[in-house]
Amino acid sequence: MLAVNFLLLAAVLFCIGVFGVIARRNAVLVLMSIELILAAVNLNFVAFAMMNDNIDGQVFALFVIAIAAAEVGVGLAMVLMIYRNRKSIALDGLSEMKG
Amino acid sequence: MAVGWTVNLHALIAQADAEPSVNIALNIGFGLIATVMIFAAFSVVTTKNVVHAALYLVLVLAGVAAQFILASAEFLAVAQVMVYIGAVMVLFLFGIMLTRAQIGKEDGLNNQGWQLGIPVAVGLFGLLGYVVFNTFEDDVLDERAPFPTEQLSDQYLSAYLVPFLAVSFVLLAAAIGAIVLARKD
Repeated sequence: MLAVNFLLLAAVLFCIGVFGVIARRNAVLVLMSIELILAAVNLNFVAFAMMNDNIDGQVFALFVIAIAAAEVGVGLAMVLMIYRNRKSIALDGLSEMKG
Repeated sequence: MAVGWTVNLHALIAQADAEPSVNIALNIGFGLIATVMIFAAFSVVTTKNVVHAALYLVLVLAGVAAQFILASAEFLAVAQVMVYIGAVMVLFLFGIMLTRAQIGKEDGLNNQGWQLGIPVAVGLFGLLGYVVFNTFEDDVLDERAPFPTEQLSDQYLSAYLVPFLAVSFVLLAAAIGAIVLARKD
């Protein structure tokens, strides 16, 4: 199998995730798009681990999985807090920090 | 993308002629799973129903786990299924249920200027695809036995011991932080 297969698939997933982060207004959907981006990065890590016959790439992929789990936990807690305070999770309404 | 895959196919056929060791079944499986993954990922960012988006995300993450198995990373595939499909998706569904009132189609999931994302994503893919294709055009992933899990654990408990402990602290801090943030007081 060619390495380009994996890398192009990861590039497609990454770009779809970036589009989701830009286009979506609902905070939960933005978090899902970030998950897409992290999954693409993991695919790249594993492909490079296989290409170089070196397991370090898989070590990093497992780190990414752990960080992604932490990120989703904290992110959803923040979304819940925002919902409790504002009754909405539309990200374009969050302008309190505007100067 | 279509051009990339076509060129890819030509390279693949040329390679199959050159050396008979290329596994066609592996490539067909990869292509099928990749097609499902791209369709599901596209649905995640375009569907109008938040619950459907979560279920399409399950499809993408399961596809990633399957690709891990094809790339001989079996431990990672199992970890992916347990962490993402088991834990993270439950969190997402909780988040969806706790933050919205109605079930079904919903308007206003997209920003005002969401069309801006299309040129950004297409441009980024053009750049990434060009770079990837130019750099790794001829690299072949040799078929190999799966990496043994003990090799992975050896790395974790020797060379990467400090980052491993740091990640466990990060997870602890994130768990406590999530409780503190979401607690009603």
